[in-house]
Amino acid sequence: MISGAEIMVKCLEAEGVKVVFGYPGATICPFYDKLYDSSIRHVLVRQEQNAAHAASGYSRCSGLPGVCVATSGPGATNLITGIATAYADSVPMIAITGQVKSDLLGRDVFQEADITGACEPFVKHSYIVGKTEDLPRIFKEAFHIASTGRKGPVLIDIPMDIQLNEIESFTYPDSVNIIGYKPNTRGHAVQVKRAVEAIRHSRRPLIVSGGGVLASGVKLKFQAFADKTRIPVISTMMGIGVMPSDHEMYLGMLGTHGKPVANRALHDADLVIVCGARLGDRAVAAPDQMSEGTTVIHIDIDPAEIGKNVKTEIPIVGDMKNVLNMMIDEIGDYVVPNQWQETVKGWKKSFFRTAPTFEGFVEPRALVAKLSSMLRSKAILVADVGQNQIWCANNFMIRDGRFLTTGGMGTMGYSIPAAVGVKFARPTRDVVVVCGDGSFQMSMNELATIVGNDLAIKIIIMRNHRLGMVRELQDVHYHKRHSATVLQGDPDFLKIAEAYGIDHAEANSNEEAEAIIKDMVKSDKPFILVCNVYPDTPSI
Amino acid sequence: MQYTLSVLVENHAGVLSKISGLFSRRGFNIDSLAVGVTNNPDVSRITIVANGDEYVVEQLEKQLNKVIPVIKVKRLHDGDFISRELILIKVHCAASKRAEIIKTAEIMQAKIVDVAPSCVTVEYSECTSRVETLIDLLKPYGIREIVRTGTIAIDRGNTALSV
Ligand SMILES: Cc1ncc(C[n+]2csc(CCOP(=O)(O)OP(=O)(O)O)c2C)c(N)n1
Ligand SMILES: [Mg+2]
Repeated sequence: MISGAEIMVKCLEAEGVKVVFGYPGATICPFYDKLYDSSIRHVLVRQEQNAAHAASGYSRCSGLPGVCVATSGPGATNLITGIATAYADSVPMIAITGQVKSDLLGRDVFQEADITGACEPFVKHSYIVGKTEDLPRIFKEAFHIASTGRKGPVLIDIPMDIQLNEIESFTYPDSVNIIGYKPNTRGHAVQVKRAVEAIRHSRRPLIVSGGGVLASGVKLKFQAFADKTRIPVISTMMGIGVMPSDHEMYLGMLGTHGKPVANRALHDADLVIVCGARLGDRAVAAPDQMSEGTTVIHIDIDPAEIGKNVKTEIPIVGDMKNVLNMMIDEIGDYVVPNQWQETVKGWKKSFFRTAPTFEGFVEPRALVAKLSSMLRSKAILVADVGQNQIWCANNFMIRDGRFLTTGGMGTMGYSIPAAVGVKFARPTRDVVVVCGDGSFQMSMNELATIVGNDLAIKIIIMRNHRLGMVRELQDVHYHKRHSATVLQGDPDFLKIAEAYGIDHAEANSNEEAEAIIKDMVKSDKPFILVCNVYPDTPSI
Repeated sequence: MQYTLSVLVENHAGVLSKISGLFSRRGFNIDSLAVGVTNNPDVSRITIVANGDEYVVEQLEKQLNKVIPVIKVKRLHDGDFISRELILIKVHCAASKRAEIIKTAEIMQAKIVDVAPSCVTVEYSECTSRVETLIDLLKPYGIREIVRTGTIAIDRGNTALSV
């Protein structure tokens, strides 16, 4: 005989899960008891939201669905923001929650929360398990759904009696058959032909790379395509890292907080190839950002994204991997008109600005621009949300590594727990967090997780004593009335670091900061660097 | 623009709430929604009548297709399908008016299904516009109560929607 809880563990093992992030409680105890005997590592976070963010970071760097676990009621509701963040960022994730006993469901008993109901808008799919026998099929389906098509979180809510019940035997299915779920990944040959034809006729084509390129795992092929065709590339926040930042034909991030040169190119292009991006309002805010007659080719695995936010002439539904292969075959030795290449290169020079520095402060944009050269080439930078995120998005010189942030949801407090997940996925890489003083305080409880698991995560806090990005908004749109954006009562972050036994330092100039960073990356221990930043430093 | 969608879904608890949630969340306006099991007991069919422009319908179809237990979504084209709803109307009916009301029902091919001292109940199954006509005809007598189902619809001719 085998219990539901044991089956849950076996399902995870069958899926090749090595690590799960979670927080226990009564209704998930049967599972935790069986997990205790498993080789799967459990990482105890300090708040469930961070279990989901850690699973997100893990997933984005391992290519496997991240797994997070919580108990029923408050444990489950604490997960919601993390699940919603993964959904908005299209990150594959399995969220497992304990639930009260089946016969008590719907009776508002202690720690009962309708978590599948609450998460309905933020999950790709969800299950309440009704029979122990169903567990293997549901786990198999959940992993399949999370990691195929447009990726996203799947929630499995498991009543305690289902975990405790014993059944005859366990077999893990080797295939799934979900009648209503057959994502189209192939890409339509005729549409690809049309697209390539349009590219050939265009004088100023431009590629917009989105998170979908990374999700599909075709970064290198994509780079080769851009290299060969010389079509200029701009990216969305989620697409940063698709191209090395210093690539001649790469112009940076578009949008309200993006690079002027990227927006200029978008405006002047006569054809735009959108690759795995939803083009939300932060990316293409004003309708005049693109010109009237611009032809749009949109490649996306999710048909619902095509034509949703921008009018599209040539839709191509499919996995970037397949579509890109077809494009490469079709396009042959096409190269973009020379004049357009030169125009773009000229803009890159003329739009270039160095940020002014303020005596006694760190200039964050200049520091971030230098950061990469002090790290190994495959370094992973995790940026939080706020000005710190924009400074990183626009200035980090990414080489062979990754840039992670939550572009879709913009959840403050993402960076530290996400970095925890990243470090488990890529233990040998340099993993650096850049966060604000506000966002740091949204997840500084996870310093314990970092220390408890010996994770050499380096945290750079950009301290401006402000909720900088909101304050900037108030400067522009609310007559500089700084309602609730000044952080008062903040602790001494260095003492916080000390309390956790984390090495730390403070910098008041870029020279100081750079010297500290050079040392910090040498150690295999976590580190907190507090950079004092002039409060009126702009985002762009 | 009004449009009618036929949606085949897995016959599970919770599917209807996923679909109605999607409508309210994305700001789609539904005029009616009717659901029932099909000839395949594992499959239910939902008929949705809704309002919106071409962009809205297209988005709606795509979003419905993304719901995992949704198997198929089909937009029915005007003139190519038969639609019906069922209505029960309780009409105020003094003895002196009874013959008149029965006559009206007869002309419309509606059925009188209950008679009480001062009321009759009429049953009618027709497309929405005919149902509205009957309501208009009965209004002058004083309508006490109306119950209607949502519209159900099926393609004319040989085509059949199945999984
Ligand atoms: C959970 C959450 N709450 C509120 C916001 C709104 N918000 C966006 S940026 C920002 C300020 C962030 O402050 P800080 O972390 O200090 O970064 P800074 O902008 O100062 O670099 C706020 C409050 C958010 N994105 N996420
Ligand atoms: Mg700040």
